[in-house]
Amino acid sequence: MAAGKPNEARIVITGVGLTAPNGNNLAEFRKSLLAGKSGIQKFNVRYMGEVLAGICHFDSLKYQKKKELRRGTRAGSIAIYCAQEAIADAKLDLACLDKSRIGVYLGITEHGTVETENEVYEIKQFNYDVKYWSHHHNPRVVANNPAGEVTLNLGITGPHYTLGAACAGGNIGLTQGLQMLLLNEVDLALGGGVSESTGSFGIFAGFKSEGALASHPDPEKACRPFDKDRNGVVVSEGGCIFVLERLSDALKRGAKIYGEFMGYAINSDATDFIFPSAERQVECMKLALNKAGISPEDIDIINTHGTGTAEGDPVECQAISEVFGEHPHAYMNNTKSFIGHTMGAAGALELAGNLPSFKDYIIHPTINLDHLDPECHLNNLVINEPKKIDKVDYIFNNSFGMLGINSVVIVKRFEGQS
Amino acid sequence: MTKEQIKATILEIIAQIIPDEDLSNLKGDIPLREQVELDSMDFLDIIMELRKRYGIEVPEDDYTQLATLDGSVAYLEPRMKEL
Repeated sequence: MAAGKPNEARIVITGVGLTAPNGNNLAEFRKSLLAGKSGIQKFNVRYMGEVLAGICHFDSLKYQKKKELRRGTRAGSIAIYCAQEAIADAKLDLACLDKSRIGVYLGITEHGTVETENEVYEIKQFNYDVKYWSHHHNPRVVANNPAGEVTLNLGITGPHYTLGAACAGGNIGLTQGLQMLLLNEVDLALGGGVSESTGSFGIFAGFKSEGALASHPDPEKACRPFDKDRNGVVVSEGGCIFVLERLSDALKRGAKIYGEFMGYAINSDATDFIFPSAERQVECMKLALNKAGISPEDIDIINTHGTGTAEGDPVECQAISEVFGEHPHAYMNNTKSFIGHTMGAAGALELAGNLPSFKDYIIHPTINLDHLDPECHLNNLVINEPKKIDKVDYIFNNSFGMLGINSVVIVKRFEGQS
Repeated sequence: MTKEQIKATILEIIAQIIPDEDLSNLKGDIPLREQVELDSMDFLDIIMELRKRYGIEVPEDDYTQLATLDGSVAYLEPRMKEL
């Protein structure tokens, strides 16, 4: 996938639309990341009471009517907001494009849980009589719902679907977009990930039952990957969608280019439902580097996946050390420490948060790291304060998920970008 | 409920279901779907609300009787007058 290929076979990012618990566009998000501003807050969840969560505060009526919000899902609404913002950011006029050649590919951790819980709660008020079960249930819970709502909202008639990939979903939605462009299935891809997980008590309760739901007297300090006192995941909602185009098309229309998609890899642990495998993570990272045609020493920033769990963080650190250990100039950070775990959106959002480094050469840190766990020692982990460096040519983005799905995306600075 | 109260209740339910629409000038004798954006799923929402709020069951064969506001009031009046 290295440069040297014709521009038609090179895929670039030309637009970013996002909502995170600490920002509703890339500029806001980046500002929060450099200022150390967390987006974690107290939040009430059905049956559980007060928990900690990352909630997005975007204007849901910016691109949807009230009726559309009522009929659709939160994930659909997040996806519509992100898709519209990405298209606007890319300065694309949909009216001038062939909408049958646009594809929507969104990674999800899960979908339908929120809507099903809501309906069960509703019919409980009627002694579980299913005649009170909503006729909206099926279109809300079909797995393609978030991507489908985007096509309904924008009138896109090309392919749309979601990719269920646990917490690797964001990277995989993005990767699918790249692949469909390379296969010439579409001319423009909206790729990324979304999550509405904070609407589901079951997701919070599930992590709690696993002993992996974060708690802290100060919500903003709850998500603390690599810290000795970390105690689990902070569940968050969010979304991030990229506009992907062939370089030839982007250059033709003078598009702003955030970076070039250079490499990716996806593999499976095949070992456990929950616990990760360092061995397979190493294989995944090496595969991505090979596909990009580069070496570990070429990488400048590694966005770690670390979620703040006792078991997961050391495994990733072990894997990164094995791949990059001899090349300590690659700086590492963690975006979840600010926004919690945005599940299906995580890979895409965390990549987006790092993209401005190509221009400003600043790496946002890992926050809430007061006492580094020796098992999580990483060379050049950027801790608590942003760091300015001399060169940012490659960003390496880890994203892993349950059932042992691993993903890596590598993005390169685009030379000559505007 | 009086006829006026039934009409107000129906309008309140419709307003909840299609909150973007202006209902102030709805004509009673013209089908609702010709006056506002109200599709079949919205109509089913009306049926569901009547069921949830008042325990009223509207058989599918009777749906056409609820096409207009006046028709809805006439159909529901015997079912809601004791409420």
